[in-house]
Amino acid sequence: MELAKNLMMILLTGILAENFILSKFYGICPFLGVSKTTSGAVGMGFAVTFVMVGASAVTYPIYYGVLVPLNITYLNTICFILVIATFVQIVEMVLKKFIPPLYKSLGVYLPLITTNCAVLGVTILNIDNEYGFLESITNALAGGIGFLLVMVIFSGVRGRIEKCNVPKALEGTPITLIAASITSLSFVGFGGLADGIFGA
Amino acid sequence: MSYMKEFTKGLIKENPNLVMLLGMCPTLAVTVMAENGLGMGLATTFVLVCSNLVISLLKKVIPDTVRLPCFIVIIAGFVTLVSLLLDAFLPELAKELGVFLSLITVNCIILGRAEMFACKNKVLPSVLDGLGMGLGFTASLFIVGSIREILGTGMWMGITIAPDFLEPMTLFILPAGGFFTLGCVIAIVGKLTGKKPRKITCEGCPSRGSCEFAAKEETTDGAC
Repeated sequence: MELAKNLMMILLTGILAENFILSKFYGICPFLGVSKTTSGAVGMGFAVTFVMVGASAVTYPIYYGVLVPLNITYLNTICFILVIATFVQIVEMVLKKFIPPLYKSLGVYLPLITTNCAVLGVTILNIDNEYGFLESITNALAGGIGFLLVMVIFSGVRGRIEKCNVPKALEGTPITLIAASITSLSFVGFGGLADGIFGA
Repeated sequence: MSYMKEFTKGLIKENPNLVMLLGMCPTLAVTVMAENGLGMGLATTFVLVCSNLVISLLKKVIPDTVRLPCFIVIIAGFVTLVSLLLDAFLPELAKELGVFLSLITVNCIILGRAEMFACKNKVLPSVLDGLGMGLGFTASLFIVGSIREILGTGMWMGITIAPDFLEPMTLFILPAGGFFTLGCVIAIVGKLTGKKPRKITCEGCPSRGSCEFAAKEETTDGAC
């Protein structure tokens, strides 16, 4: 019971109050780059979610099974980034061979994800917060869903901006960032939501 | 004199942050205070110079097909070095930067410079390029950090400078303020240099080689 409550808290907080993009600033590059169209946003969102959950599941046993016993936890950055790069490569090959339709929709985003800070970020965060295995997976899932949600919402916002008459100096990236700022402000409203529901 | 050009281009003309629009995540995340921005910028500069140096030395040894993993390992090695050093000598700064210290590994500026410059050029230009780009990045973090700290807390580098009757605008130290400030700074730099900041494009994206978007460049417009 305690665990279930804990997991729900992590999930809710990760998706809304401490959204990966809007409050933790992970994965800003794909957020600004791919959010132009909703289809791109959805594809990237799912690909990131998938890789984040997978990477958390893989790095957890490596950290506690290899790095901790050998007393080389300071190597976690090097180790995790290699694991993530390999994982992405393998996923890409497996998808290409066995599930071509899925590869078609997600595959193009996969190479971009290796250097996405959300993925390395979530694995290191799991370790820093001393999450257990289930909590790590939930945290990654929450981060991924939050990422997907914001990407989709923001692709709508950007669709509107494209049609607007923007002051010349602000055209392009500056106005996108300012729009992101307002979106971020609206997510501040979710602060304390999880605590309120679960009465922690 | 062309060496001088490699150094100065990163400062303003091709500022990695404000003109090339790379490495946005740390820019937004750590710039709550000017001091953090400065620390993050210098840490990144150190990693950038060292990785450029090593990669340009090893450019003939590293096989082309596995160059990205090799670059990442070299960079991650220096990042570990920096975070151990900061932990030991500046523990407070290390705590403030937190996860983003490790995330220097995936900062697109560093991989981008390795891919675009260091693996094609000699040692000295590569080091100067790294130094210039790093200092340009530091300057931009410092400026964004200063604006946010002054407006958000009424202090600068930890010293109170705003008069008492002015209420600090807490908004600016929230994440929303980060996006807003960066947007404005990019717009101002674009206006002053008379050039539009580039769109976020595949140029400079470390994953360009393995990316399908980059192959059909015209539709990408910054998929990376």
